[in-house]
Amino acid sequence: MKPAADTGPANGDAVLSARNIVMSYGGVHALKGVNFDIHRGKVTTLFGENGAGKSTLMKILSGVVTPTSGDIVLDGNLVSFSSSSDARDRGISIIHQELSLAPNLSVRDNIFMGRELRTRTGLDFAEESRQARALMADLEEDIDPMTLVEDLRLGQQQIVEIARALSVDSRILIMDEPTSALSATEVEVLFKVIRDLTSRGVSIVYISHHLEEALQITDYAVVLRDGAITATAEARDIDLEWIVRNMVGENFDLGSPPTGHAFGEVALSIEDVSVVDASGSGYSVVDHLSLDVRAGEIVCIYGLMGAGRTELLEAVAGRVPMAGGRALLEGEDVSGLSIAQRISRGLVLVPEDRQRDGLVQTMTVGRNLSLASIEAFAKGLFLSRSRERELVEDSIRKVTVKTAGGNAMIGSLSGGNQQKVVIGKMLTTNPKVILLDEPSRGIDVGAKAEVFRLLSERAAQGLAVVFSTSEVNECLSIAHRIVVMRRGRISAEFGANATKEQIMAASGEAVVA
Amino acid sequence: MTDVSQARKQSSPSAGGEGFDLAKLLLEGRAFFALIVIIVVFSILSPYYLSVANFLTMASHVAIFGILAIGMLLVILNGGIDLSVGSTLGLAGVVAGFLMQGVTLTWLGVVLYPPVWVVAVLACMLGAVVGLINGVLIARFKVPAFVATLGVMYMARGLALLMTSGLTYNNLGGKPELGNTGFDALGFNRLFGVPTGVVVLVVIALIGSIVLNRTAFGRWLYASGGNERAAELSGVPVKTVQISVYVLSGICAAIAGLILSSQLTSAGPTAGTTYELTAIAAVVIGGAALTGGRGNIRGTLLGAFVIGFLSDGLVIIGISSYWQTVFTGAVIVLAVLLNAVQYRRRSKLPASTGGQPTSQKRGKAEPANPAQGKTAS
Repeated sequence: MKPAADTGPANGDAVLSARNIVMSYGGVHALKGVNFDIHRGKVTTLFGENGAGKSTLMKILSGVVTPTSGDIVLDGNLVSFSSSSDARDRGISIIHQELSLAPNLSVRDNIFMGRELRTRTGLDFAEESRQARALMADLEEDIDPMTLVEDLRLGQQQIVEIARALSVDSRILIMDEPTSALSATEVEVLFKVIRDLTSRGVSIVYISHHLEEALQITDYAVVLRDGAITATAEARDIDLEWIVRNMVGENFDLGSPPTGHAFGEVALSIEDVSVVDASGSGYSVVDHLSLDVRAGEIVCIYGLMGAGRTELLEAVAGRVPMAGGRALLEGEDVSGLSIAQRISRGLVLVPEDRQRDGLVQTMTVGRNLSLASIEAFAKGLFLSRSRERELVEDSIRKVTVKTAGGNAMIGSLSGGNQQKVVIGKMLTTNPKVILLDEPSRGIDVGAKAEVFRLLSERAAQGLAVVFSTSEVNECLSIAHRIVVMRRGRISAEFGANATKEQIMAASGEAVVA
Repeated sequence: MTDVSQARKQSSPSAGGEGFDLAKLLLEGRAFFALIVIIVVFSILSPYYLSVANFLTMASHVAIFGILAIGMLLVILNGGIDLSVGSTLGLAGVVAGFLMQGVTLTWLGVVLYPPVWVVAVLACMLGAVVGLINGVLIARFKVPAFVATLGVMYMARGLALLMTSGLTYNNLGGKPELGNTGFDALGFNRLFGVPTGVVVLVVIALIGSIVLNRTAFGRWLYASGGNERAAELSGVPVKTVQISVYVLSGICAAIAGLILSSQLTSAGPTAGTTYELTAIAAVVIGGAALTGGRGNIRGTLLGAFVIGFLSDGLVIIGISSYWQTVFTGAVIVLAVLLNAVQYRRRSKLPASTGGQPTSQKRGKAEPANPAQGKTAS
């Protein structure tokens, strides 16, 4: 609980080390003898694709799981953690990739959950509020500690998660994808906080799929591939290409816009669409927006969190009602139709949060893949198992899902492969227009490139693709056209040859130096 | 037979390599093994237990719970709960009894005696209407399933009591000259020696199994129970599915009500009190998850047989009804405990990306007090 009293025996400059860690789940080796050092007072970043074992290693170092074999050395002493609270008592805390907040409680109650401050007769709410307010001030986030977490944006919820870890006064802080839902400004603030922490002697482990961003903040880079460390270096000696090369073992980029096919007619026409904020505050998150997408065209919608990207896509797909305007699919007004009717006419959405909106965890890979196209293998009243199997196998092959087969449980797949299943499910319906909300969220570079390649191929065959992203690099990959959204409106449109600076300036983002 | 058994095979790829895992086998076939243990133990304790005649008698008791439990399974697969089935059973029986007495139309000066098949159809339609009310309250008006069906449970019971002023219809035989005989067929007739009630149970189970495994509706049900938001975005008509399961549950309850009043040769307004809890218990013992998306007909049937054979066995060996209640409760608690163990094992197996089961805001009902037999007529 107490901050480091830097007097312990020095083991090099490693404060916490993993020695020869092996982790097996059944017959699967998630980690194969990993040696990993956390440098005292520095930021150590762990790079690796999804399924490489990053999260598993971090869970071991924070006491969430016990390794199959191997040692953990803290300040030169062999230790073993009995639980995550045991690790927390020794000054190690972790910010998990998946948010672990209670949405029904206030920000203050979440921050102090499980270690409430006590007075002699009860809880010290005043002190808790004061500390929560101070943490929010540190993070430059204007959130009242009494706000319920469910009323916050995803990005703000992530801030609360970070504040909770900071409130413990840890000397080792593990951050597993802390920025996946943060805007550029929020990331800048977080980085300032990280620098402040390291200057006070706190050691940070950082995990992120935003490679460039991680490279800005880190002192040491460690690359994990398939459960083994493939490279270690000081950040000043390396560049982005070095990381990617070691992560995937080869050179590649996210692709370029597919050429050689002419765009067809306008496939999707969004006309003057408005969407009102769901919380009932009455303001428009999408504000009289119009956009045409032609068959075979790939359009990227770039914008910060809260720019209205998700709401726009969900309104077009029929998930949330439009307050005004209409959407036309090949000239036909689909605004009044149900989601199912829109899917059968060829307009589909791949949602942002695949765990919550994309996958049915209780079903197999195959049944998830075939869920949106049940009519395709129904014979009268009954389902044809053989036709379903064909459909599923075909789909697994086309979207290159790495799985034991259609009967594997969906939870056995890595994040990238789960995402391919969600996309594959929608592509199996043979859509004319596919909307993808942050299709690259939480998946690794390799899977990202494969997803983009898949979309390029389908676009070349005449599919209209609209995807949203908060990473500029992704706009500059396969999109023919880049649309920047800001406060519910289109603030700029660019061709494929736009620069990062142009796009980020149009989104209202402070250009990162 | 069902997706759950396939899932088990897939989610434990290591099982083949590590030889025979007794604990795993016992865990996954627990309802089946429990049934065998019950049969063996009571056969030793009582010479009367192990006989075809007794098994058929017990099976006709199980038929009532089994039919209710299949309806309940559909609701639970959807992530809901239906507390109204016991009352619906009672109301359907009373309405059937009322119709059997003849309907007097005073302004025409005639008394209508509907034939038995019309009575049965009308009772089933009543069950469907009660289910429809549940479904609409839950799907359209977003009333939590627990509360909506609790309210309907009271209303249906109250209506049954109002219709009879608390009395029981004892004359269900009908008269040959009126052409409305045959109501006792459901309770007493036998097809190849098997009681009609059991035949009805088997037919409903077969239809249910086909619907769950081979039709789009079944797939929709599993999907919307596993993750309603994902199902909706995949074009599944989640509201229709939700309303349908309550309607089907209501129909099952009405059928059970007809069979029960036929077996008892009387239709009382308090029939079926607390039967909803027994039905939930059967579904849970059968391995279904109250959070939705997991469960199958085979397990639910086993669950119904476990409860029925256990309580009848306790009666046969002469244990007091108070102890019966305690035993039944213990079995249910054990079943829920083992469900938790099984789902924990499964979720630990693969190195997943930390996907939490989506189980918020679901009406979770632990059948904590399945006291039965005290208030039933």
